[in-house]
Amino acid sequence: MLTIDAAILDAIVAHARRDHPDEACGIVAGPAGSDSPTRHVPMANAARSMTFYEFDSVEQLRLWREMDDADEEPVIVYHSHTATEAYPSRTDVSFAGEPNAHYLLVSTRDPERTEIRSFRIVDGAVTEEPVQVVNAVVDSHAVQSYLFGQSPTTVDYECRAGS
Amino acid sequence: MAIEVRIPTILRTYTGGAKTVEGAGDTIADLLSDLDSRHSGIKARLLTPEGGLHRFVNVYVNDEDVRFLGALDAKLNDGDSVTILPAVAGGAFAFAAAHALRG
Repeated sequence: MLTIDAAILDAIVAHARRDHPDEACGIVAGPAGSDSPTRHVPMANAARSMTFYEFDSVEQLRLWREMDDADEEPVIVYHSHTATEAYPSRTDVSFAGEPNAHYLLVSTRDPERTEIRSFRIVDGAVTEEPVQVVNAVVDSHAVQSYLFGQSPTTVDYECRAGS
Repeated sequence: MAIEVRIPTILRTYTGGAKTVEGAGDTIADLLSDLDSRHSGIKARLLTPEGGLHRFVNVYVNDEDVRFLGALDAKLNDGDSVTILPAVAGGAFAFAAAHALRG
């Protein structure tokens, strides 16, 4: 399961909305081994494409060094799909190079509703996981809603049968 | 000639879990062959079947991407630090070349 602070998730979604229709990308770093994403780092999409994203290689080196020095790791690697669902493409699976990271996908294909899904991608195998948002503040002026995809075994229905 | 090589998480299965290994060579190509002699299979993860550097693997000498230094012909000096990172890339558009990265 991915546990993420609402403010960080909002910042990721805002980044994806800002760069739409190009794909947006970035990471959330956290202390090594903590599985806790604490530092949001939006990255430029060097490909500037609606169907592809790529970190600039020199910026990536700088960031990975910075994380190494701070004893951090990329807890989340995120990117957006701007016309398709928030599910890893074959390209995403092939390139997934961080076996310890949560791969967060954000789909901005619907202007009002943002799809958010999280995956582990290890050796080409994709496993979806639930997303738990913490510290959410109810905003009565919210103009968009989030749709979380979850694996069937972990869907938490609000209305249980018989209740 | 000692070159420090930083290994990304995904390739540490070839180095017994080590984050950093030592290698030797006058060029990146020599260094990769040297590494492969002790960490068998690592070279094949970094090169295409045609023998070029995979587009989606980043190799750096000190602070520079080797693509700007002559790729596999990039010269190495004693004390250089080489970093290997899997490029962070992907996207909605799937294409066959993408699959080359996975060994």
